[in-house]
Amino acid sequence: MKVTLFITCLVDLFHPNVGKATVELLERLGCEVEFPEAQTCCGQPAYNSGYVKEAKEAMKHMIRTFEHAQYIVTPSGSCATMFKEYPHIFQHDQEWEAKAKKVAEKTYELTQFLVDVLKVENVGAKLKGRATYHTSCHMTRLLGVKDAPSRLLKHVEGLEVVPLPNAHNCCGFGGTFSVKMGPISEQTVDEKVRYIEETNADYLIGADCGCLMNIGGRLERTGKRIRVMHIAEVLNSR
Amino acid sequence: MAMKIGADSFHQRVEAGLHNSFMRGAVAGAQERLRTRRLDAAEELGNWEEWRALGEQIRQHTLLHLDYYLMQLSENVAKRGGHVFFAQTAEEANQYIREVVIKKNAKKIVKSKSMVTEEIHLNAMLEAAGCEVIETDLGEYILQIDDHDPPSHIVAPALHKNKEQIRDVFRKKLAYDKTEKPEELAAHARKMLRNEYLTADVGITGCNFAIAESGSITLVTNEGNADLVTALPKTQITVMGMERIVPTFEEMEVLVSLLTRSAVGQKLTSYITVLTGPRDEGDVDGPEEFHLVIVDNGRSSILGTEFQPVLQCIRCAACVNVCPVYRHIGGHSYGSIYSEPIGAVLSPLLGGYDDYKELPYASTLCAACTEACPVKIPLHELLLKHRQIIVEREGKAPISEKLAMKAFGLGAASSLLYKLGSKVAPNALQPFTTDERIVKGIGPLKAWTEIREFPAPAKERFRDWFREHRKERERDGNDL
Repeated sequence: MKVTLFITCLVDLFHPNVGKATVELLERLGCEVEFPEAQTCCGQPAYNSGYVKEAKEAMKHMIRTFEHAQYIVTPSGSCATMFKEYPHIFQHDQEWEAKAKKVAEKTYELTQFLVDVLKVENVGAKLKGRATYHTSCHMTRLLGVKDAPSRLLKHVEGLEVVPLPNAHNCCGFGGTFSVKMGPISEQTVDEKVRYIEETNADYLIGADCGCLMNIGGRLERTGKRIRVMHIAEVLNSR
Repeated sequence: MAMKIGADSFHQRVEAGLHNSFMRGAVAGAQERLRTRRLDAAEELGNWEEWRALGEQIRQHTLLHLDYYLMQLSENVAKRGGHVFFAQTAEEANQYIREVVIKKNAKKIVKSKSMVTEEIHLNAMLEAAGCEVIETDLGEYILQIDDHDPPSHIVAPALHKNKEQIRDVFRKKLAYDKTEKPEELAAHARKMLRNEYLTADVGITGCNFAIAESGSITLVTNEGNADLVTALPKTQITVMGMERIVPTFEEMEVLVSLLTRSAVGQKLTSYITVLTGPRDEGDVDGPEEFHLVIVDNGRSSILGTEFQPVLQCIRCAACVNVCPVYRHIGGHSYGSIYSEPIGAVLSPLLGGYDDYKELPYASTLCAACTEACPVKIPLHELLLKHRQIIVEREGKAPISEKLAMKAFGLGAASSLLYKLGSKVAPNALQPFTTDERIVKGIGPLKAWTEIREFPAPAKERFRDWFREHRKERERDGNDL
């Protein structure tokens, strides 16, 4: 099966290991992975800040880059959600709306692709320790991917996954919110960190690099020894 | 604008909120209780998503035909001997009510809870006209006797106060000598209020839903105070936002069920009262005179715009009860009687961007509000629309942000610029980097690194690795 990777700008520039893990995992499961070099960013930073004109330029570029793919897979619930929003954003532009629809229809978040398309739950991963999982807001509420991560993590040999109290609450990232509303973001992420600590987990796992950068950055700043892992890295652990 | 509270800037208010540890504890606790209760009440009803869809449909239909239903309502109120006044502005509403009160020579007025009367600052006007105004909802009563502390939540206005604080207010203002036990506090308030109902000249209420087909108003409470406000004084004035209307009793029943379940997790509240016009011949109680004041105050200019869905709101506060930002800063931080998230959408529309331009940004766009809303208002999308207007039409965005976003637009729309920029980034940020971490950033990174570490851009981007990886795979493939 041919899979076109939308790696996201955060993974490309800051967390290449997440990208490597995604590729290795998909290849091990028999996918042929291609990576269009023209890809940049889905446009979310500009769109969510109100710069719709600038965001649309980025979006058109991404639509052109991905419109001929068979399956578009991305290791981010939030960026997948953005692709899914494209038709709505171009709703008054017939030509681009049609193209956007084609892209949106074949876009999958990584765990969603594994469970719904490849129909695998046990990817043969092994990781020893105790983990808790952060459900990111866009992925669960807007993309509607709620169970796939836990179904996959359940089969990771040696891994005990414990529930995170008040998991439904946002981590306080919110893109530019994290810098525009710094003091509020700080309190929000601190509360998240407290709940993570309560679980006594060795690992915090998530499926969105934005949230993980926020929570991970705060864990590091406050000297907590909890390792932050993207779910692709966990599923690629052997 | 009238709904504004306090003169401090948004950031000053947030600062105060974040330092109010009691308030934050109370809000977090209330959010958790109310969220669980709401989910249980929805579960118990079953098919919640279908009920939400029906709620949305009812509200959208009513808004689409608002002129028709308002006319029908007004005719039916008149038929039953009531008076209807359409107030375009807060001033017009206040002026009309003032005239009624003066004509009745009213000295004492009892009120049940109403957000729209908060919005138009009715109490201040009535007091200036020489009337004594008594709020009878327990939460509102507490705030009123505490030197008019503004409400911090649209359903539980005194959410920010604990029982010890309330006891102290009672001791100071009401010569109260008992403990902080809620039962004792409530009993005292009830005793104080009982006489007020009996001696009031006018009763003023809000309106949860007006019913067009019968000219009735619906009041939803747990304390029964609205029933006394409407049963005892000789004159009743009901004030409603112009969108708070349903076509028939059938739709009212659906919306009341959505309201009580979403607001407080109850199947029904203790009192749901439907009143039609003044007292009829032979009735034992009820007002001799009934006035319905229908307030526009900026609502009609929302109709027909992309913000119209905000008028679907039934004021249940389910969105407030799940908001992670409200959780930490509390209701007073918003500077409006309507707090996040519904208030962050509504306040700039009713009160203008000058006073409320920060509110649409005080959201992580986590969409918990949109998910909780029983009438499916796309709240987080409306916040985004505000941001777009602030940037594009109002021109209120900071210049540095505009430049950054311009650069983003160029960079993200061109693979060449993106590739170049991302290649030089690690070198450009080298001076700020220790152990692959940026601990103290400059520019937009500064605000981030004040709170958290930031990863330095990777020396080898994913795309560089992938190129090598593919070459390797091809080599391996050729070897086979």
